[in-house]
Amino acid sequence: MEILVCVKRVPDTSENEIEVNSEGSDIERDDLVYSINEWDNYAVEEAIQIVDKVGGSVTVMAIGDEESEEIIRREMAMGANNGILLSDDAFEKSDGRGLATILKAAVDKGNYDLILTGAQSDTGAAQTGAMLAAMLDQPFASLVNLIEVKDDSTLKIGREIDGGNQEMHEIKLPCVLSIQTGINEPRYVGIRGIRKVASVEIPTMGASDLGIDPATLGESGAKTKTLDYFVPEIGEGAEMIEGDTDEVVEKLVEILKSKGGIK
Amino acid sequence: MQIFAYIINKDGKADDTALELALAAKKLNSDAQVTAIIAGSGIDNVCQEVSAAYNEIWKIDNAALAYPDGEIMGKILPKLLPDNAILLMAHEYLAMDMAPGLAVRTDSAYIADVTDIEGMDGTTGKFVRQEFSGMVSTHNTCDMSGGAVVTVRPGVFASEETPSVGGSVVDKSGDVDIPETNRKYLETVEAEVGDVDISTSEILVSVGRGIEEEDNIEIIQELAEAMGADYSCSRPIVDAKWMEKSRQVGTSGKTVKPKVYMALGISGAFQHLGGIKGSPFMIAVNKNPKAPIFQVADIGVEGDILDIVPELTEKVKEMKG
Amino acid sequence: MEPVIIPPASYTILGIPLMLLFIIIPIIGIALFTFIIARRMQPLVKAAPDNRLDQLGLRLFNMLKFAVAQYKQPRYMLAGVLHIVIFAGFCILSLRSITLVIVGIKAGYTLPLFDTWIGTIYNVLKDIAATAVLVAVVVAAIRRGIYKPERYKVPEKYGKDHTAEAIFVLAMIGGLMIADMFFEGSDLAAHMNKGLETHYFLFPFTGTWFVTYALTLCSDATLQFFHIFFYTVHELIFFSFLNFLPLGKHFHVITSMFNVLFMKLNKGSVKPVKCGVSDDQLDDLESFGVKEFEDFTWKHVLDFYSCADCGRCADQCPANHVGRPLAPRFVTIKCRDFCFDKYPLIGASVDKGPLIGSILSEDEIWSCTTCGACEEECPLLIEYIDKFVDIRRGMVDEGMVPQSLQKPLNALGKRGNPYGKMEKKRGDWTKPLIKDEGYECKVLSGKKADSAEILFFADSITSYDDRIQEIGQSSFRILKACGIDFGILGPAEKDSGHEVRRFGEEMLFQDLKEKNTKAIIDSGVKRIITADPHALNALKKDYANLPPVEHVSEFLYKMIQEGKVEFNPLENQSDIYVYHDPCYLGRHNLIYDPPRLVLDAIPGLKRVEMERSRDRSFCCGGGGLMLFYEPVEETRMGKERVQMAADVGATVIVTACPFCMVNIEDGIKTSGLEGKVSAIDLAELVDQQLVK
Repeated sequence: MEILVCVKRVPDTSENEIEVNSEGSDIERDDLVYSINEWDNYAVEEAIQIVDKVGGSVTVMAIGDEESEEIIRREMAMGANNGILLSDDAFEKSDGRGLATILKAAVDKGNYDLILTGAQSDTGAAQTGAMLAAMLDQPFASLVNLIEVKDDSTLKIGREIDGGNQEMHEIKLPCVLSIQTGINEPRYVGIRGIRKVASVEIPTMGASDLGIDPATLGESGAKTKTLDYFVPEIGEGAEMIEGDTDEVVEKLVEILKSKGGIK
Repeated sequence: MQIFAYIINKDGKADDTALELALAAKKLNSDAQVTAIIAGSGIDNVCQEVSAAYNEIWKIDNAALAYPDGEIMGKILPKLLPDNAILLMAHEYLAMDMAPGLAVRTDSAYIADVTDIEGMDGTTGKFVRQEFSGMVSTHNTCDMSGGAVVTVRPGVFASEETPSVGGSVVDKSGDVDIPETNRKYLETVEAEVGDVDISTSEILVSVGRGIEEEDNIEIIQELAEAMGADYSCSRPIVDAKWMEKSRQVGTSGKTVKPKVYMALGISGAFQHLGGIKGSPFMIAVNKNPKAPIFQVADIGVEGDILDIVPELTEKVKEMKG
Repeated sequence: MEPVIIPPASYTILGIPLMLLFIIIPIIGIALFTFIIARRMQPLVKAAPDNRLDQLGLRLFNMLKFAVAQYKQPRYMLAGVLHIVIFAGFCILSLRSITLVIVGIKAGYTLPLFDTWIGTIYNVLKDIAATAVLVAVVVAAIRRGIYKPERYKVPEKYGKDHTAEAIFVLAMIGGLMIADMFFEGSDLAAHMNKGLETHYFLFPFTGTWFVTYALTLCSDATLQFFHIFFYTVHELIFFSFLNFLPLGKHFHVITSMFNVLFMKLNKGSVKPVKCGVSDDQLDDLESFGVKEFEDFTWKHVLDFYSCADCGRCADQCPANHVGRPLAPRFVTIKCRDFCFDKYPLIGASVDKGPLIGSILSEDEIWSCTTCGACEEECPLLIEYIDKFVDIRRGMVDEGMVPQSLQKPLNALGKRGNPYGKMEKKRGDWTKPLIKDEGYECKVLSGKKADSAEILFFADSITSYDDRIQEIGQSSFRILKACGIDFGILGPAEKDSGHEVRRFGEEMLFQDLKEKNTKAIIDSGVKRIITADPHALNALKKDYANLPPVEHVSEFLYKMIQEGKVEFNPLENQSDIYVYHDPCYLGRHNLIYDPPRLVLDAIPGLKRVEMERSRDRSFCCGGGGLMLFYEPVEETRMGKERVQMAADVGATVIVTACPFCMVNIEDGIKTSGLEGKVSAIDLAELVDQQLVK
């Protein structure tokens, strides 16, 4: 099975303190460490596991600048067979629709049976996979937490819905799936693995290679735009209790009692 | 102008977000006529329920639509909606399946998971969103001249208001052909039933990452026992397999409506808070004074749950004698 | 002695000389033995290389100390004494065994010079030895078969019980002793019955003495029969036993001397990825670590051969004690059996696939805290830590790292500390000292680097953990009070990488080591002091070409000896203090006394010792990455250790390692002993009591 996984380089939320910069135009990016979007990593692991079972290859694709090569390489060190970088100044500041358009053009240049994306990334929009599927007119499922290959043209998938329940579907290939965290346990990629792929050539494609009109992309082509970043004022918030552990605990017990928190 | 709202319904009941979308639409444009779109099977009750908040209700009643399916609706709606329509949906798992693709198919703009709507400037919508797991917010504009699909974060437009618009139900069932899709719904596998159904608990002692290690979980269980409460947790605890899934509070876990909720070592991400309904009295304890939980809690303590919880348990036991 | 009974060499049955048999048995026995040993050599030849021929003088000394003098045996007194007796007996009886083999071919043979008084004395020795061995063997058999000590038990998952094999071998040894007594005794009795001189000094109450006198009651014919019969029995048992040795745990009889000769000399260090491959050549290696059996070095294979299945390692292993799926003994036994299965005595080698997933499990290997208790205990000097590190290297190379460890490892790669905290905040633990206490702190790196004579290497937990920063701050105050010119590296300091290396992420360790080494050398310091034993061990053993490193307790001890510090008497003198030896200060670096002497210098301090102290100290649970790992266990090491302290009546546990502090304080909380037992770091206590 030929699997394409769309990946994104994002600031690592667990190892960073995310703050708005002084102009309010973006988050403060000095001192940030970046890594692959956590959902995308689960998707790559899933793709590798599928290919291990049924054969084929895994291609990892990212839209970004040369810094994104770092994460493509990391996923190749993990076990992906190929990496492709989509890079062009014209791509910058594209909205979700723009990004999906770029991906679609790249998908058309290849021949993929299955396309995986992460369910969401740092922007929290959860839109790229679904849009790509609609542009390709392929079936789609989001929040996938289980994939079983039934045969060459069919998958059985599970979706994570509310209450911890799981929706089961049968879906025909070619299709697009967006992957939820927890679908598997991604394998570790050590420094050694990363060093081994450090000099692998990553083919890059720009707007002209993909045959996209730059005017439809970037800021000018975007229908949805971000004006600024801010941290909302915390309104009233909680009444904070001060004091050492003993004092705090005393007050808490009183409050719990009065609010019926102790049966 | 006409704004549409897609209403989620299951088992003959409308989702809580049904009324929220109507309010969201009014916030977008106070003069708008808001039309609810309800698809399903045997949905007359739902249509009635919802008619209080909407000017018009489009009913699509068909046995094939008994189970909500994003692929099917994603192909029906483009044919049903007028050109340049503005459609609102609640940002949850059905929307994630259907909404972005729908925007592409109707060639309209898309903006997801808005946490506030500021209104419209001509054909440009002004919205507020969050990024980076809720750490920062953004002001956004959306060019809606060619139509738009907007998903709204559940709960942000919740209100005690009981509207009385009383719109009429229009049966659109005949206008709709059920399309062929390459995705077929099989069944829903229910989550394992744990020993306790926290969705009925009155008092919940809930724990998050602040517990640090699996062995410390017992201090939470002891506190719950002392208080006569049940214990629950946020998603990371279940991912680490320290508690069963049936004890997870959140949008992908259980919805709870206790009277008192102790949030211990929980940061307050919206996916967790999304599982708490009914505005319980909330006490939060967290090492990080900037944790979002302190914005929603009634009482807050900046501290280490590993220090505070065992002492609290002792005091509660003492008090009970 | 004139022959009274026909000796075996001259005996015939139906005209056929029995000597033929006594030529054939040794020939077959030795040939078979040679064949078996050659087969057993094959895995050693196929295994990875290792250089164990350095420092020959020290190696020979170790061989005398541990192999010949059985230095470690008495650590388990009863078994130790029994073994020493059997071993000493074997050594003495070796000459007798050689004599006996030749006697079957050449009647009346004695070794050179043994036809004199030397021989007479030897015979007395051998009789005493044989008797002692027989008694020891009987006691051992009773102990093994009836009392069944705990450490020999074989949990179901590891297969069948080993008691039968043990008793069998004891029976063989006993058989050899008895056969010789009857062989010798029958001849002596025959002489005595005829009133002839034997020129043999029968030492009273030896086995031979008893048997001889008992046999005087027998007829000549019976004695003749016994003489030939028991000689044959002795021959058969001897050569069977010889060939039985390489088949199981008694291979140690042959390999132990070699195993000790080739033992690991650089304690606390970790073996390189591959012998002969330097650090900058590592990138070129195809594969890292032990995945297949042949990835082990020949010395490690020799270790598997040499295991006597005594269970002392597992008995001392803290992971085993708390119910983790690890018992060092069984790792060795399983690998040995795997080797024997893969390289059978007859037939071609059988492909058995990788070790992890077949005989070893991932959790089993991750469970080890590298405390070194097993290596300290093993009488055969079998190594374990290097093997686990090598297997972990193999797992890391294959991506098989538990999710709980992936996050800190990624953080170490990106931020140089496992917590993922920002580099620029690494020196912030000194801020309260500067702001609130008015100290000056030199930062020895960066654009405006200061310079100082000494570097205080904080390492990650002391830099970032709220509780442990207090230990760093106490150490800081102590150094200032002693007038030391020192500084910290601050943001340029990276994690020492001690556990990174021991958890198998060698290349990440190399990266951290390179950066730290450069920062340290660039700072120009002459000495390094640290309060973190893991950092101490890393800088001393894993890094190279650094200025000398010492632990804060060693520094304090010197200050006390030089009379440069004074302590105020303790306010609360009713507390009972107990010192817990950290693994990386004690066992790995032999620093047992300095911390104790520092404590004893504090007036009014009452100190007790736990049963498991010094080189028998019980690991607190481990440090570095081990704090992030989520093991499957029945209880926690920290909890057990706190209970040990409570058992000797201690109210204050003194630690000298930040990780011990974390685990012990955690153990106090989860044992519910808060308020009854407390923990304090040595530096904190000294800071408290120092006259400044």
